[in-house]
Amino acid sequence: MFYREAGQFKTTYPSDMAIFPIAQDRIGIGIILAMAFIFIPLFASDFIMSSVMIPFLVFSLAAIGLNILTGYTGLISLGTGAFMGVGAYACYKLMTIFPGVNIIVWIVTAGFFSAAVGILFGIPSLRIKGFYLAVATLAAQFFLQWCFVRIPWLYNYNASGAIEVGTRTLFGIPIVGPNATPEARYYVLLCIVVVLTWIASNLVHGRIGRSWMAVRDMDIAAELMGIKLLDTKLLAFAVSSFYAGVAGACMMFLWYGGGEASDAFNINQSFLILFMVIIGGLGSLIGSFFGAAFISILPTILKFGLPAIGVPLSGATAEHLIHITVGGLIIFFLIVEPHGLARLWQIGKQKLRMWPFPY
Amino acid sequence: MHALYMVLIDPFVQMVSAPDLFVQTIWEGLVAGVLYALIALGFVLIFKASGVFNFAQGMMVVFAGLTLIAFQDMGLPAIAALAASLAVMYLLALSIERVVLRPLVNQPDIILFMATFGITYILIGFGEMIFGGEPREVNTKAFFLPQGSFEIPILGGFVQIQKIDVAAAVIAALMIAALGFFFQKTRIGRALRAVADSHKAALSVGISLNQIWVIVWFAAGIVALVAGIMWGARSNVSFALQVVALKALPVLILGGFTSIPGAIIGGLIIGVGEKLGEFYWGPLMGGGIESWLAYFIALGFLLFRPQGLFGDKIIERI
Repeated sequence: MFYREAGQFKTTYPSDMAIFPIAQDRIGIGIILAMAFIFIPLFASDFIMSSVMIPFLVFSLAAIGLNILTGYTGLISLGTGAFMGVGAYACYKLMTIFPGVNIIVWIVTAGFFSAAVGILFGIPSLRIKGFYLAVATLAAQFFLQWCFVRIPWLYNYNASGAIEVGTRTLFGIPIVGPNATPEARYYVLLCIVVVLTWIASNLVHGRIGRSWMAVRDMDIAAELMGIKLLDTKLLAFAVSSFYAGVAGACMMFLWYGGGEASDAFNINQSFLILFMVIIGGLGSLIGSFFGAAFISILPTILKFGLPAIGVPLSGATAEHLIHITVGGLIIFFLIVEPHGLARLWQIGKQKLRMWPFPY
Repeated sequence: MHALYMVLIDPFVQMVSAPDLFVQTIWEGLVAGVLYALIALGFVLIFKASGVFNFAQGMMVVFAGLTLIAFQDMGLPAIAALAASLAVMYLLALSIERVVLRPLVNQPDIILFMATFGITYILIGFGEMIFGGEPREVNTKAFFLPQGSFEIPILGGFVQIQKIDVAAAVIAALMIAALGFFFQKTRIGRALRAVADSHKAALSVGISLNQIWVIVWFAAGIVALVAGIMWGARSNVSFALQVVALKALPVLILGGFTSIPGAIIGGLIIGVGEKLGEFYWGPLMGGGIESWLAYFIALGFLLFRPQGLFGDKIIERI
């Protein structure tokens, strides 16, 4: 009824190639951004901010990173957690070595360190494919995790091995550290996520994204068409690790506010992000957001929502029930829609276009 | 210069100067390798027959072991407990096939891989709910498993060998022989191999895929149960074992996803390499290198043979 493209004529090539070709989509994204920037900080409580919205944004960023590698380039990686860790530690070291520079600069720079490490561990991908590669990326996961524990230089020789986050400000407002309000941290994170999502969207819609997808669909054919496999695959690893690294730095500095970092970037984290990408939809940016929302918010909802509607749960039983429910829902969603939540979204949009006269 | 000496020469000097210690390390590596191989075997069985990368195998080992212990605690004699656990594993295979695999037939590999993650989560939840989180011990006496150790004099020293490790190796060998017989000589085994070769061709000659999947998941369950018993007899069964089960993954890529001998030999190579590396080179790097060394060994092999030592040759067509 109200969602259709009738009457919107495309008269130039750029308007035909636009990411949001329909005016309603542009209005929609505007509303979503307005909600994120204005309504949520206005109305959400501190609890919702810090334990729902911030984790959601951090995971979305990591999921976009993995989606570029797994969804767009077809290389399965089980090392995302470790690459996030590289970002967090790089940011920490940079912050302590150059305390004068703004922390946001370091959060973004940390991504480049992570990208360099990602390129290094992406080299085998030229020769190894499929699940063999997935297991090979576990080498990155375990080796880097070992480094986080065994190289004391990384955590400044702290006795506890934890990352300590001091207060850092932007325009006089603390955005990192114990004094930062959830709103401030949320705004910084939201800006980073919006900018990086915009960049990612341009990457995957352009020449680079097309060469990634060509490699995913059949790498020999792509090579015959003149795409350099080494460059393309390593670029995918670099970009993906960059996103993961920034996500890791954000996780440590804007969400956790320091702490036992080596434990936060373990293999379960890698698996969790792979879940998000697959539940959300492989090869879909919006799917990364859906997946991150689903996986990161679900345990919180189960933990706090079930007692609220009168299902009493003890701590241990709740933990077990969450495991069972998450497992069950993963299987359920895979069976109902193997192409992920993004596909459901597409179907929904299609239905909306036809509504109310579907013939 | 000194660093190079420490890395390249000193470990070998140590090996030669204390040969009995060297042999002991290799033996320990072989023992660890047998257990990795047992876990990897379950992966291979399922991957061969259904192309599913079964991440839940490690959890199935824990689950099988805990089920057996729970039945024993209820006072059942060993044989009855074993039979009951087998029944549970069969039910598990049946329900996985019915609930998870059948609706997902013909989906991309990564979707099935993800589904086994779901299975892992459910097994963890159920397992902890039913059996509790604490580590439990297998009652070794009930299974006539030997205990204690003996020493063999060798090269001017002696090597200490746990009897249970010898038993584990023998049982693993017996089971592999039994599996080999089952695959080569029986009707169902032939059907399994047919399915492994080509799903479509197998279907067209009247082999029921669903039935085969139940059988193969049950076989993986049996392997898991044996691995659980052997592990439980050595130390104890706990959910932390799941992390150890991740060690079976480099074994798999080293040996090839589709090869049973590959799983065994890969397991032994990884086990020995890991123990030698940890013992002789570990202290140079601050220890704990066991956690990633296996993956690097496997990666080294993979760079020369991308399909693993014994995997099917990868042929790519356009």
